[in-house]
Amino acid sequence: MSEKSRKGARTSSRDRAAGGNGGDRAGTGRTGRTSSDDKAGKTAVPERVSVFKTYKLFIGGKFPRSESGRVYEVTDSKGTWLANAPLGSRKDARDAVVAARKAFPGWSGATAYNRGQILYRVAEMLQGRADQFAAEVADAEGLSRAKAAAVVDAAVDRWVWYAGWSDKVAQVAGSANPVAGPYFNLSVPEPTGVVAVLAPQDSSFLGLVSVVAPVVVTGNTAVVLAAESAPLPALSLAEVLATSDLPGGVVNVLSGRVAEVGPPLAGHQDVNAIDLAGAAGQRAAELEAAAAENLKRVLRPAGTDWTADPGPDRMLAFLETKTVWHPIGV
Amino acid sequence: MPTVPAYGPDAAGRLAEMADVTASDSALRRFLHGLPGVDAVGLQARAAALGTRSIKTSAKAYALDLAISMIDLTTLEGADTPGKVRALSAKGVRPDPTDPTAPSVAAICVYPDMVPVARKALDGTGVKVASVATAFPSGRAGLPVKLADTAEAVSAGADEIDMVIDRGAFLAGRYREVFETIEAVKAACRRPDGTSAHLKVIFETGELSTYDNVRRASWLAMLAGADFIKTSTGKVAVNATPPVTLLMLEAVRDFHAATGVRVGLKPAGGIRTAKDAIKYLVLVNETAGEAWLTADWFRFGASSLLNDLLMQRQKLSTGRYSGPDYVTVD
Repeated sequence: MSEKSRKGARTSSRDRAAGGNGGDRAGTGRTGRTSSDDKAGKTAVPERVSVFKTYKLFIGGKFPRSESGRVYEVTDSKGTWLANAPLGSRKDARDAVVAARKAFPGWSGATAYNRGQILYRVAEMLQGRADQFAAEVADAEGLSRAKAAAVVDAAVDRWVWYAGWSDKVAQVAGSANPVAGPYFNLSVPEPTGVVAVLAPQDSSFLGLVSVVAPVVVTGNTAVVLAAESAPLPALSLAEVLATSDLPGGVVNVLSGRVAEVGPPLAGHQDVNAIDLAGAAGQRAAELEAAAAENLKRVLRPAGTDWTADPGPDRMLAFLETKTVWHPIGV
Repeated sequence: MPTVPAYGPDAAGRLAEMADVTASDSALRRFLHGLPGVDAVGLQARAAALGTRSIKTSAKAYALDLAISMIDLTTLEGADTPGKVRALSAKGVRPDPTDPTAPSVAAICVYPDMVPVARKALDGTGVKVASVATAFPSGRAGLPVKLADTAEAVSAGADEIDMVIDRGAFLAGRYREVFETIEAVKAACRRPDGTSAHLKVIFETGELSTYDNVRRASWLAMLAGADFIKTSTGKVAVNATPPVTLLMLEAVRDFHAATGVRVGLKPAGGIRTAKDAIKYLVLVNETAGEAWLTADWFRFGASSLLNDLLMQRQKLSTGRYSGPDYVTVD
């Protein structure tokens, strides 16, 4: 029932937006029934006007509109209007980096156990809104409902998988080094800092989760640019993050053009690393060149299959190794 | 009527023309309470409206450099050490070591016992030494103590003295007492060679309760011979705000129109971002006029503001957003 009314509401909104040119999936039943009620002269209960959702950015734990005031139209895979998403500007990127930097000491200083708990909590919240995400993924990627639901399940599982890594990554990436002297010599991984993430364009939700979770689980904070043509799952993920004990600013979600928001992020002197999963070809090369200015860590796009078992590589890409020498027998 | 600077030799003659209103406590009260009341709503609206001006590109570059050159770089902590004062002095002389075109600040502002350290560090650089005095920040001490405090700072080489008024006496209506204190401290600013340290008079507007009181205090201090009037100590909850600064600018402008004596203004405390600083510059230009847009007649009392101005400056010159890693930690 909820599904039916949801579709009905979407039909009417689409009619308004697209000049009555209803999509192929659109049932015309509801509007038809209303007019026949009118003809019959009955006192019809007025059709409920659904509440439109205003998608917003997620910066510092708050949901601002774009500083530029702009939005752009988001369509489903067949070109039918779904919603307006904020068209982020370089100033939104700047604000997001400030928020991420502010959140970094607290998040990287939290115990691994605490970070794991919070990320697990995120997975719980994702699970609770699985239907909403399945609908958004189905629209964004043109999948059937069953396939979209499977994608969402995979994303939740992946989030849990990464959450479990929080107190284990040091055992895998760190080491106790044998040295020729009376010292303990220990190498431990530390978070890199603020990481800019260009989310994959081809997988709006599973791909998004697969790039965001490995960045934050190790204690980095992230500024995420959602997939350009399918930002709605990312903007909804922000609502999940806002309600799951994740401190404000740890993950910041922007929507907009890679061509506009990517260069300021890549050139930003206060960003420590950038994941170029959502860029390709010449653009990725340009962003990598801009990122070289302050020696950012760069993770190049690699044509990843987001459905495959990810392995720990994406976590290890955004870690620094700290080695300490500790005298023995003093 | 030709303009004369408040610290010049002719100002005393101009003020003597106003002697009838300052001759006695009752005359002074009659004059100060005869000043027109402040339209609080209009004042706030005007300050807010002027805060919306958009200053971009070359105008912004000019404003940033001007703001840097107007800063009284301040350290007024119980934990101040000679080393910190020396470091701050070096920073004031050359704020951005990577860019020699960045201007020096106007002055370094310290406690009286740190004046010799700052004097030694700044000799020959053109950057002035300012010292707070008169039992800063509360002003709760007897007149001999205040005068000794002032004289010590002046003899140690301070170019400028920031005194606080006795807010208790002012609020109790003992205007003549405040007036005489300012006159006495001004006399104590005189050096053996006949020159004088410039005197800034701090009202602590956050403790004066009403805009009417701020206007009265402004006129009182200017009649008593202040070279600068200054909003706050930076040590209480409410510091410089745009409306209070606008009000004091109007007082400075009106005093100039009435007597021909030009008095400077220094908002202090709570100005942390380049954006705020530029808003203040707009207030100055639109209220007092362009003649006040120099470090001789307008100052910012600030410490963290300089770093933000430098980051904005770097952004303008490189096109990349800068970060706190590229300015000093004070």
